[in-house]
Amino acid sequence: MFGNLSDRLVETFKNLRSKGKLSAADIDATLREIRRALLEADVALEVVKTFVGAIRERALGDEVNKALNPAQQVVQIVNEELVNILGGQQRKLAFAKTGPTVIMLAGLQGSGKTTLAGKLAKWLKDQGQTPVLVAADLQRPNAVNQLQVVGERAGVEVFAPELGNGKGDPVKVSKEAIKFAEKKQFSVVIVDTAGRLGIDEELMSQARDIRKAVDPDEVLFVIDSMIGQDAVNVAKAFEDGVGITGVVLTKLDGDARGGAALSVSSVTGKPIIFASTGEGLDAFEPFYPDRMASRILDMGDILTLIEQAQKQFDDVEAAKMAEKIAKNEFTLEDFLEQMQQLKKMGSMKDLLAKLPGAGQMKNQLENFDEKEIDRTEAIIRSMTPVERRQPKVLNGSRRLRIAKGSGTTVTEVNSLVNRFEQAAKMMKTVAKGGMPQMGGQMPGMPNIGGGFVGKAKKNDKKKKGSKSGNPAKRAAENLGITPTQGGSGSSFGL
Amino acid sequence: MGFLFWKKKDKPEEIVAPEIEVPAEKKKLFSKPKPKVEPQPVVETIVEPEIEVLPEPEKVEVVLPKRTFAKGIKSLFTRVKFDPENLDELEDVLIQADFGVDAAEQIVAEVKARAKKTGAETETELKAILAELITENLTRDDRELNLSSGQLPYVVLVVGVNGVGKTTTIGKLAKYLSEAGSKVVIAAADTFRAAAVEQIATWADRSGATLVRPKTEGQDPASVAFEGTEVAIATQADVLIIDTAGRLQNKVDLMNELDKIRRVVEKNCVIAEVLLVIDATTGQNGMVQAKAFAEVAKVTGVALTKLDGTAKGGIVYSIQRDLGIPVKLVGVGEGIADFAFFEASEFARGLVS
Repeated sequence: MFGNLSDRLVETFKNLRSKGKLSAADIDATLREIRRALLEADVALEVVKTFVGAIRERALGDEVNKALNPAQQVVQIVNEELVNILGGQQRKLAFAKTGPTVIMLAGLQGSGKTTLAGKLAKWLKDQGQTPVLVAADLQRPNAVNQLQVVGERAGVEVFAPELGNGKGDPVKVSKEAIKFAEKKQFSVVIVDTAGRLGIDEELMSQARDIRKAVDPDEVLFVIDSMIGQDAVNVAKAFEDGVGITGVVLTKLDGDARGGAALSVSSVTGKPIIFASTGEGLDAFEPFYPDRMASRILDMGDILTLIEQAQKQFDDVEAAKMAEKIAKNEFTLEDFLEQMQQLKKMGSMKDLLAKLPGAGQMKNQLENFDEKEIDRTEAIIRSMTPVERRQPKVLNGSRRLRIAKGSGTTVTEVNSLVNRFEQAAKMMKTVAKGGMPQMGGQMPGMPNIGGGFVGKAKKNDKKKKGSKSGNPAKRAAENLGITPTQGGSGSSFGL
Repeated sequence: MGFLFWKKKDKPEEIVAPEIEVPAEKKKLFSKPKPKVEPQPVVETIVEPEIEVLPEPEKVEVVLPKRTFAKGIKSLFTRVKFDPENLDELEDVLIQADFGVDAAEQIVAEVKARAKKTGAETETELKAILAELITENLTRDDRELNLSSGQLPYVVLVVGVNGVGKTTTIGKLAKYLSEAGSKVVIAAADTFRAAAVEQIATWADRSGATLVRPKTEGQDPASVAFEGTEVAIATQADVLIIDTAGRLQNKVDLMNELDKIRRVVEKNCVIAEVLLVIDATTGQNGMVQAKAFAEVAKVTGVALTKLDGTAKGGIVYSIQRDLGIPVKLVGVGEGIADFAFFEASEFARGLVS
């Protein structure tokens, strides 16, 4: 997400950081880079112009001159302006006061409406709502069928009286759907409409008719994050043609820089409510403008990560674990338990991608083998309880037995044990307050912080063969991918 | 917490699943010998015609009637006036058409240079220079679909990210080829997305093409593609079009799957075309897409879709200039006939009109 834009800005600020004070020329050079980075990130030209103008004005003003650290100031200004354009605070979905809440989805062909409908339904269902999906895309071949499959996967009812494929009236279907929902007491109605072009007057007027027929509480404009400069035209066309209340950004798991987010927010003034980040039904999350902005600045999306972790993680358990780590009682058994909790959080890759500095390790992330986790689990499961608690007892013959039992090799067992020991040592350092910054960011979950470092150190060891005996130092050597201890933060002097 | 201490896979190639074994006796079912697999089928040389391979010699070359796509291109200058006095504005116009900053700067510099040389001043003259420049940069000899090597069936592999219009493009292409008198087989190798097979089935039905379906839900796409080659060979089809699932280019596993499809298909056939479908609304990420797909899938051409909207599709300029991949097809609507072959001069004229 926004990875490349982050990379660009980090590059720009690298030069800035080394200077004690900013001159007007410095600011202009920086702004040129920002302009270019934003354009290459597909932010619409008119939005870029406004954005850069606003930053220049603020950067040249008194604010900066008073600052102790100019780079810090510019980052802050850019960040604030980004948040500003992205819509300020996060907005929640609006629900109807009485009767079913109606959500209408609209957008171009191929923006991901049908997939999103399923995700949204699943998400609402998880929140205790009873959603029903309405198949009002009667245009695209087998769109109705697709929605039915999606609904089945999400475990949600689908209202599909027409087969579609060019036949049937979507306005009538939508109208009936509301009656159906009222009668059957569904709490949310999600209307999936056909993809349409902003300039297709006939279809836009049909969309207006659907809107009139269902009187939606939300009209969500679904837009592909890969879209280029046309985002502005499309967003305007849908805002003028149908009238939208919010935006959903899809395919954010790709490597598109996603400048469309800025363009759309800026021209419509409507908030981005959700971000869709993959093909699985769970790959969906609320959109947080402030977090997204800090992500653009390569600060990582640590808050999202925490939230996800909290959903799956028991706070009490986490505290217990932290205590264990501090007392050096962290065993492979605990480790196995943690691993199972982590697996509940979803794909490890997605999780890692949210870490600060992840932009710089994107490629490595993509090559991360999820199966590795299963193998590790297999190895631990092949150990006896004693071995899990005291890895020290693992002699050659025990290791061979474990390797055989888990279908791995002795080398893999060795490497796991080694890495575990190092990580445990590292965690101890962390728990003792080795990473105050991280601790502050993740209240109640110091073990997460430790995990990051474990990864960092491991990387360090694997890739660079660091010789430092001090784990904290090793982690520090790897600042490029662990901004926790001064990575992204201090790289901007923050 | 130790969850991060798994090592990353250093060699993603190793994740590739083993290839499907084809029972030897199954291969023997075909009367036709297996076409020779060339290491780089993209640059096909005219292979000496092996008489028994060709069912009907007169059908070997698929003759493609001409089509225009003028309706698809919107002028660059609808919102911003073309100002001969201030050519820097042109850069903005090109950026807004998704040409990208680099290409826009380069084009403007070139237009300025040529204008200086020829003394062009008026709007018409300058627009002509711009059109000429774009045409020159986009003109290619290998613009046409590579359907003339003589090695039947001509396999067209269609790839791209999610939601760009792969299935629709295949439907249109199949219809077009069928009308041109070719026997078309479509392999529904998008076994991932919900109801994708049904969607392509509808298009196959409309176009009169034979459809090879996956036997089970979520079947390995490579095996469906392979079955496609078997059916195409057994039924002596002229063209085999393989639909693949949309995949974002940064998903290594999915890209490896594409590589596997290629390799499996090449056991039986030579791949004549690998079409990368790009949505005209795509911004600069289109370049990243093209690079990634070209590397893995050996893309031979681009199909630019959804040109009937407000998007100009300027990214194809950079794709062709920097990667040397020509635009071959253009999609201009949801109808089965809304499809044409790309023509550089037409594109350029449309942009400056």
